[in-house]
Amino acid sequence: MSVELAANVVVAGVLTGLVYGLMALGLSVIFGVVRVVNFAHGEMMTVAMYAATVLFASLGMDPFVCILPVAVAFFFFGYALQRTLINPFIARPEHSQFMLLVAVALIIVNGLLMIFGPSARTVQVDYQLESFEIGGILLDKARLYAALAAVATAAGLFAFFRTTRAGKAIRACADNHLGALVVGLDVKKLYALTFGLGAVCVAVAGCAMVLLVDVTPPLGPAYTLLAFVIVIVGGLGSMPGALLGGVLIGVSEALAGLFVAPSAKGMFSFGLLILILLFRPQGLLGRRN
Amino acid sequence: MDRRTFSKNIALAGAAAALSPFGIARAQARKLKVGVILPRSGYLGFIGQSCQKGADLAPGVIKDMLGVDIELMNADFESNVDTARTRAERLIQEGANVLVGAFDSGASAAIAQVAEQRGVPYVINIGAAPQITEQGYKFVFRNFQTAIDIVREGLDLIGALFQATNTVPRTAVYMHVNDTFGQAMTKGIGAMLPLRTHLPFKIVDTIPYDPAAKDLTVEVSKAKASNADFLLLVCRLNDAILLRREMVKQRWNPMGIISPGSPGMYEEQYFKTLGKLSEYSISNVPWYNPNAKLTKIVEKAFLKQNPKDRLDFHGLNVGYTFEAILIAADAFKRAGTTDPKTLADAIRQTNITDKMSLGGPIKFNAKGQVEGIGSACVQNLNLLPTVVLPTSAAKAKPVFPAPYYKKT
Amino acid sequence: MTRTSASLAILGAVLVAFPFFAGNYALSVATLILYFAYTGQAWNVMMGFAGQLSLGHALYVGVGAYAAAGLFFHYGLGPWAGLWLAIFLCVAMGLVVGFLAFRFGISGVYFALLTIAFAEFTRIGFDHLDWLGGPGGLFLKVAQRDSWDLPNFRGPPLMYYYAMLALCLLALLVCSRLLRSKAGYYWQAIRENEEAAQALGINTFRWKMLAVAISSAMTAVSGVFFAFYYNNLFPEQIFHISRSIEIILGPIIGGIGTLFGPILGAAVLTLLSDGITDGLAALGWEIPGIKQVFYGVVLLAVIMFLPNGIWPPIARKLKL
Repeated sequence: MSVELAANVVVAGVLTGLVYGLMALGLSVIFGVVRVVNFAHGEMMTVAMYAATVLFASLGMDPFVCILPVAVAFFFFGYALQRTLINPFIARPEHSQFMLLVAVALIIVNGLLMIFGPSARTVQVDYQLESFEIGGILLDKARLYAALAAVATAAGLFAFFRTTRAGKAIRACADNHLGALVVGLDVKKLYALTFGLGAVCVAVAGCAMVLLVDVTPPLGPAYTLLAFVIVIVGGLGSMPGALLGGVLIGVSEALAGLFVAPSAKGMFSFGLLILILLFRPQGLLGRRN
Repeated sequence: MDRRTFSKNIALAGAAAALSPFGIARAQARKLKVGVILPRSGYLGFIGQSCQKGADLAPGVIKDMLGVDIELMNADFESNVDTARTRAERLIQEGANVLVGAFDSGASAAIAQVAEQRGVPYVINIGAAPQITEQGYKFVFRNFQTAIDIVREGLDLIGALFQATNTVPRTAVYMHVNDTFGQAMTKGIGAMLPLRTHLPFKIVDTIPYDPAAKDLTVEVSKAKASNADFLLLVCRLNDAILLRREMVKQRWNPMGIISPGSPGMYEEQYFKTLGKLSEYSISNVPWYNPNAKLTKIVEKAFLKQNPKDRLDFHGLNVGYTFEAILIAADAFKRAGTTDPKTLADAIRQTNITDKMSLGGPIKFNAKGQVEGIGSACVQNLNLLPTVVLPTSAAKAKPVFPAPYYKKT
Repeated sequence: MTRTSASLAILGAVLVAFPFFAGNYALSVATLILYFAYTGQAWNVMMGFAGQLSLGHALYVGVGAYAAAGLFFHYGLGPWAGLWLAIFLCVAMGLVVGFLAFRFGISGVYFALLTIAFAEFTRIGFDHLDWLGGPGGLFLKVAQRDSWDLPNFRGPPLMYYYAMLALCLLALLVCSRLLRSKAGYYWQAIRENEEAAQALGINTFRWKMLAVAISSAMTAVSGVFFAFYYNNLFPEQIFHISRSIEIILGPIIGGIGTLFGPILGAAVLTLLSDGITDGLAALGWEIPGIKQVFYGVVLLAVIMFLPNGIWPPIARKLKL
C-alpha cells in the first residue's frame, strides 16, 4: 500500500466528490429554501445528461459548451415545474411531496426509456481519456474540468445570493417565511426562481457528468439518494456545505474502497449519514434552526 | 382378429372417444403456444429486448425446419420478480403449452415454481444459478451452462489460449462484480483454479466492486498497484466500459483482459462506446458455433428482421432463446400433442444434434440440465466479437498479449 | 358501526369464496394484493398512526425473510420457529432506529432519510454475508405439495392465498383494536401536534417506540411469508428502495391512517398496473416503458386531487 497509491486515490476522491457536490448543490438550494423533498433530483440530472448527448450527437457541441443552452432551458423548466406542480405541495405533509416526486421520477425514467431506448448514450471527446501527470499523481482531465465547473457554479450561486436583491430576498424567505410575507416579498415567485436556479445547477452537473458516466434511463434514483446524503452531511442550504459534503463522501468512499472492500464502500456513505443525522443534524456547515 | 375382439376394440375406441372429447382434437393440434417471459423494461430491459429478437425469428425458422406451427405469447415481467410470477400464471391460464425465459435467476426461480405447480414445462433460455435445477423439478429444463460449467469451461479455455499463443503469464489480478453472477463465478474459480495445475498463473489480488458503481477509480488503482500480468475480470456491460476507460486514464496496460465467463465485453455497446479501446478484450462464454448450419439460417432470419443489426452482438441472447423455443417445438413434433405431461416427457427425451450453440447435442440429464454445452474464446478483433478458440469454430487467431501491453 | 361490520362481513365472505370462482392467474394476483395490503397496513401503523415516515420498510421484510430462511436453510427449522426469530430481530432493529431517531430529535424528512440509510446499509451488508448466500442469493429447497403442509408452510397456491387473507384480517382486527385503545388516542395526539401532546404529559417517546415496535413486528411476518412463498432471496432485490416504495404506495393512495386505506390502495394499484398492461396490449402500444408512464400519471393525478387517499371520499359516500 504505497503512499503514491493512497495519494492518487484521495485526489481522485476529491475531484469526484466535487462533481457529486455540484449535483447536490441544486438540491441544497431547493431543499434549503423551498423545503420540498425533491425525490426526482437524480432523474432531472439524467434528463440534462441526455440533453447534452443529443446536442453533442446533432451539433457536435462539447458538453461544457452545452452547459449554456441546457442551463437556460432547465431554468425555465424548473421555474414552470415549481409554479404548476410543486407549489400546491409546499404545505402538504412530506409523504405527499415524496409521492408526488416519486411519480414524476417514474414518468421521467420511463419517458426517457421510451424516447431513447435502453442502451447507454455517451459523448466522445478527445480529452475524455487523458490525464495530467504531476509528480506521481495522475489527474483525470475530464474529472478536473468537471470539478472546476462545480467550483465555478458554486461561486456564481454564492455571489448571486450574497449580492443581488433577488438573492437576498430568497435567503430571507428561507430564514423566515412569515417575515418575508409580512415584508411584502412575492414568495411564490421567489420559490419558483429558486427552483429554477436549483435546476440550473442540475443542468451544469448533468453536462459535466456525461463525460464521466454513460447515461441510461435508470441512472437517476441512485444519484437522488447520493444527493440527499451529501446535502444532509454538508448542511442544508449551505452551498459550500454541498461541495464539502460531496468531497467528504467522495474521499471517504475512496479510502473505504482502498482499505476495506470496494464493493462495500456504499456502506460508508450511509454510515456517515447516520452519524451526521444523530450528532449534527444541521450538517457540517449548516446553521441550527 | 375375431369378431369379438373387433367389437371390443370398436367399443373401447368409442368409449375412449366419449371419455376424452378433447383428446382427439388435441392430438390433432398442430400449433404450439409458447409463452415467452422476458424483462423488456426495467433495468434488464436491454438484455430482455435482445433475447426477444431470438424469440421473434423462431416461428419462421422452425416452420421451415420442422414444419411445426408456433404461436408466441410474449410477456414483459419488467425486471420484477412479483410480475414474473403473475405473468407466468397468466400465460398458463391463457393457454400457453410451454414457457420460455427469463434471463434473471430470481425470476426464473419464481416461474419454475409456478410451472412445476401447474404442471407446464418450462425451458430456461439463459440463467446460471445452479440451484434452479437442484430442486428436483419435473417440469423445468435448462439449456444453458450453470455458473460452475461456465467457470470450468472458461478456465480451460484460458489454458488453451496460453498454449495457442505460447505465453506464460504468472500473475493475475481478479476483479469481479459483487452480484449474484459475480459471486457464483468467484466461488467456482476459488474451487477450480487450484486444481488446475497446468494453468501457470496465480491470483495475487481479488477486488470485488459494486455493479452499480459509477466510479471505479479506487478499484483500478488497486489493480494497477498489484502489478499483475493480466486482468481476470467478471463483469457486466456498464462496469466493463467504465473499467476499460479508467485503465486508460490511469495508464495501466496489462497483457490483456480475460473474462472466464461473463457478459459485457462482447456486447455492442462496449464496441460503440470504446471504439479502438475495445480491441483485444477476451470473453470465454457459451456462444454459438459460427460454422454451424443452423447458425447461418438463424443469422439470415435475424438480418431480415433486424437489417441494421448484427447477430454477433446478440449471439448469446438470440442463440439460446431461439434454441429454447426449438427444444419446445422439437418435443411437440415428437409428442404430437400439446398435453403438458406428454410434452415434458418428450422434452426429457430431447436429442438435438442440429443446433447452433457450441458443444455436444442437446440432451437433458435427470435434473433437467443439459450437460456438455461448450464455451468459446471470443476476442474483440476489428470491432467485432470473434471466435478464436476452439480452433474448430475459430474465425481468427487469438492475439495475446495485447499490442498495448507495456511490461512494467 | 353495524353498517361497517356488515360490509366487512360481506367483503370477508367474498374473499373467502374468491378462489372457487377465480382462475389461477387471478388467484396469484389476489395473493399479491393481499401481501401488499398486509405489509402496507403494517407500515401504516408507523406512519398513519404515529406519524413517522419510514421509507426503508423493506429493511424489516428483508431481515424477517432472511431470519426465517436462514434457520430453515442451515438448521432445518420450520417457518413457525423462524417467525419468532424474525419478529425478535425486526423489533430489536426497529427499536434501535426509533431510539436513535427519537432520542436525537430526528423527524420528518430526516427520519425518512435515516430509515433509507439503514435499509441501504443493511442491503450492502447482506451482499457481503456469505453465510446467508451473499449476492448469489439464498435458495430454499422447494417441495411441491398438493396438500396443505402448514408446519412447513408448503402447499398449493391456494394455501398461500388463505394464509395471506388470514394475516390481513388479523391485521385489520389488531389495528382496529389499537385505534380505539388508549394507544390510538395518544398516537392521534402525537400525530396532530407532538409538542402539545408532550405538554399534556404524554410520554411521546414511549408511544412512538410502541408504534415502531408493532409496525416492525408485523412487517417481519410479511418477510417470513415472502421467504416461503418465493423460496429465494437476494439482498439486491429484497432490501432495495424500490421495494420500500412499493410498500408505501398502497397506504398513501388508499388513505394514510385509515383502516381500510392500505387494503383498498393495494387492490386498486395492482389492478391498475395489470389493467394498464392489458389495455396497452389491446391497443397494440407495446413500447417498453409506456406502461410505467401511464401508471406514474395516474399516481400523480391521485396525489394531486385526492391528497388524503381514495378511501375517505368513498367511505363518506358509502356512509361507513
